[in-house]
Amino acid sequence: MSGPSTYKPSTGIEKWLDSRLPIIRLGYDSFVDFPTPRNLNYWWTFGGILAVFLMIQIISGIVLAMHYVAHEDYAFESVQRITRDVPFGWLIQSMHANGASFFFVAVYLHMFRGLYYGSYKAPREILWILGVVIYLLMMATAFMGYVLPWGQMSYWGAMVITNLIGALPFIGDAIREWLWGGFSVGQATLNRFFSLHYLLPFVIAGVVGLHIWALHVPGNGNPAGLEIKDPKKDALPFHPYYTVKDGFAIIVYLMVFATFVFYMPGVLGHADNYIEANPLSTPAHIVPEWYFLPFYAILRAVTFDIGPIDAKLGGVLAMFGAIAILFVLPWLDTSKVRSMRYRPLTRWFFIFFVIAALGLGWCGAKNPDDPVPLLGFKFVYLAQFLTLYYFAYFVVILPLLGIIEKPKDRPASIEASVLGNDKS
Amino acid sequence: MTEENGAPGGQGEEPTRRDFIYIAAGGAAAVGGGLVAWPFIDQMNPAADTLALGSIRFDTAQVEEGASVTVMWRGGPVFVRRRTEAEIAEAREAGLNSLPDDLARNDNLATSAPAVDANRVLRPEILIVKGNCTHLGCVPLGPGSNTGDYDGWYCPCHGSHYDTSGRIRRGPAPENLPVPDYYFEGGEESTIVKIGLSPEEAASSGWQETDASGAVA
Repeated sequence: MSGPSTYKPSTGIEKWLDSRLPIIRLGYDSFVDFPTPRNLNYWWTFGGILAVFLMIQIISGIVLAMHYVAHEDYAFESVQRITRDVPFGWLIQSMHANGASFFFVAVYLHMFRGLYYGSYKAPREILWILGVVIYLLMMATAFMGYVLPWGQMSYWGAMVITNLIGALPFIGDAIREWLWGGFSVGQATLNRFFSLHYLLPFVIAGVVGLHIWALHVPGNGNPAGLEIKDPKKDALPFHPYYTVKDGFAIIVYLMVFATFVFYMPGVLGHADNYIEANPLSTPAHIVPEWYFLPFYAILRAVTFDIGPIDAKLGGVLAMFGAIAILFVLPWLDTSKVRSMRYRPLTRWFFIFFVIAALGLGWCGAKNPDDPVPLLGFKFVYLAQFLTLYYFAYFVVILPLLGIIEKPKDRPASIEASVLGNDKS
Repeated sequence: MTEENGAPGGQGEEPTRRDFIYIAAGGAAAVGGGLVAWPFIDQMNPAADTLALGSIRFDTAQVEEGASVTVMWRGGPVFVRRRTEAEIAEAREAGLNSLPDDLARNDNLATSAPAVDANRVLRPEILIVKGNCTHLGCVPLGPGSNTGDYDGWYCPCHGSHYDTSGRIRRGPAPENLPVPDYYFEGGEESTIVKIGLSPEEAASSGWQETDASGAVA
């Protein structure tokens, strides 16, 4: 919706600046008078929440880097020192550690929003793909950040994930050694992870810039899945309508965040990470941070060889494939109808997809050989079934339903969907 | 077409001087880019001091029969195990066709050496293997806690069972626990083992490849 600019520089200095660097104009057109669909619900506030959390992570992270020591002999101790001795270190460390979790909660809700309302469909494919790129960068950043405290879970999480690379045929071992900078996870690994953990958030910020740019070309999607036809009727200016709505959501979300930071700062972590890394002893159950659990479950669900691909490589391919498939999602979903409000069949499959994703997270947290409560069979079988559904949703269900499903009548316009005089 | 200023010619015409310069400049830029990129990629590989810490010395006399000692080598664990007669016999009985990985994975021998027990040890009673599960790198449990269904090691992470020769028998791990370069210092009687020396040095001190039947090749 990058229409003609409505910015009118009022003061002399604004006019002077506008003819040299029209940065106020850019801000005004993007975040003040940007025509935004008038029917956005609270699921649309997570973009703003994510921007806030990126800033929280960058600012708290820069402060932590002033006190952290990226050395295998001192890293663990330096994090303990931050939480005990550094003025307000306990607060900033807790914000950063819990901030990562809240960042992922928001990104998952943001992604499920996109999946439900068809936000990935034309003309927003690039917008969606940039989002998946951000998500991948977030995963890499979070993974390396979790290694830095150099506890047992840090160390063994790093060991397990870097060993996945070793599954690649022929070049796997060489790449793994290259990543480690040695013959095992060690000093060189810790030091480079610290360097990259500091770098990647700024790369994320750059891609977020592209993401917002790609958003502002077609404009926001919306729950009705319709485009703005008449900005006067269908749209509202971003400010004050959505700055206030986003602001309210951000405050509520920050209140929940503060509850964790102050009252249960360690609840999302793992007790074993309060034990310093020991290369000679593996914890009984290595589990990644909760936000990686569904993918960890997919990794472990492949327990059988597939033709020439052994189980280990198969698991790695399935895990990365589970994310990679999101890149081609805009071309897998054959339906022209964006919003699942008007897709009576697909919305049920979507609800099962959300349940499958949560179920995979549950499987990822459990020992694969333990029985599932009430069902009796092993968790690994549940994980296999849910993994199958996960992929089937993208490669079978969405392509087929777009062809065979009869969508419900959609409202004539965004305005009609809000004012209730639509026929559906 | 526009030969006057040396612009690229149309189809079927002779390449011009500009075509040549274009390709030569592009080629030089590609090679130059690669030459600049390489140091920035290669710097991530193990540094000289990391490589220099590559070998350790260990006295196997301190390992009791039936026990395994874990020593740190190159930042990770190495198991040194003194096997009982029964464990040796168990390892020798296993046929190659019962092994998921039929290669010896012994750095002292050719990569094609079969995984018979004789190719896994220098002296039958002393087994030396790297102590990271070949699945995802966990340290398997051994004598004293849980030796798994094949009496060797059991990896608690994803349930891989290794036998008394450190070979994978069941579970997700794809390969046998690798045997590092090593040799006994000072001949037949010595109990001092040097771990991390090149195969050439180790070969001069006893390693001989055997075929699948266990006979010396």
